[in-house]
Amino acid sequence: MAASENKTVPAEQGFVYWPLIAGWLVPGAGHFLLRKWGRGALLALAIVGMFVLGIAMQGELYTSASDILHVLGLAGDLGNGLLYFVSRFAGIGANAVQVTTADYGTRFIVVAGLLNVIAAVDAHNLKTGRKPL
Amino acid sequence: MFSPSHFTAVLLFALCASVVFGITQRETPRRMMRYGLYCFALFVGSVVVLSWVMYLIAR
Repeated sequence: MAASENKTVPAEQGFVYWPLIAGWLVPGAGHFLLRKWGRGALLALAIVGMFVLGIAMQGELYTSASDILHVLGLAGDLGNGLLYFVSRFAGIGANAVQVTTADYGTRFIVVAGLLNVIAAVDAHNLKTGRKPL
Repeated sequence: MFSPSHFTAVLLFALCASVVFGITQRETPRRMMRYGLYCFALFVGSVVVLSWVMYLIAR
C-alpha cells in the first residue's frame, strides 16, 4: 500500500494542465510533453487515423446545436481539438449524411473526439501523479 | 471516398478504440497490450454474436 502511494506522489508542481490542454488540442501531444513518445505516437495514430477515416467516409462534422442529438454530436466533435476547428475552417466534412458509410464516418469522428478526451485526461493524470509514469 | 464494408468498419473502429483504451486504462506496457487485445476481442466478438442474433430474429 505504501509503495503504491509513493508512486502516485506528484513529481512536479506548477501548472499541471498543460498536458491536458495540449492533448486536447493535438492528439498525443499531452504524452509527448511528458516524454511518453511511444504512447503519444500510438494515441495520435489511433485518434487522427479514426478522424481521417471518418472524413474519408464522408462523415458529417456537427456545426450546430439545433437539437439534443446535435448537441451531443457537437460535444463529441469538439473533443478533436484543432482537428475539428481546422476541418471546419477548411470546409472538410459533409454537411449532411447522404450515403450509408457517411453515417459510420460521422460516428468515427465523434468517437475520435471522445477518445481524444480520454487520452488528454490520461496525460493529465500522468502529470499529477494520479497514474504512475 | 472510402466505402468500407460493415465488418471492415467494425475492425477499424475496434482497432483504434482498443489502442486508446489499452494505453489509457492500464499502467504497464505488458498490461496495456493485454487489455488492448482484450477490448479488441470483445468489440469484434460482440459484433459477431449480435449479428447472428439479429439474423436469427429476422428469420
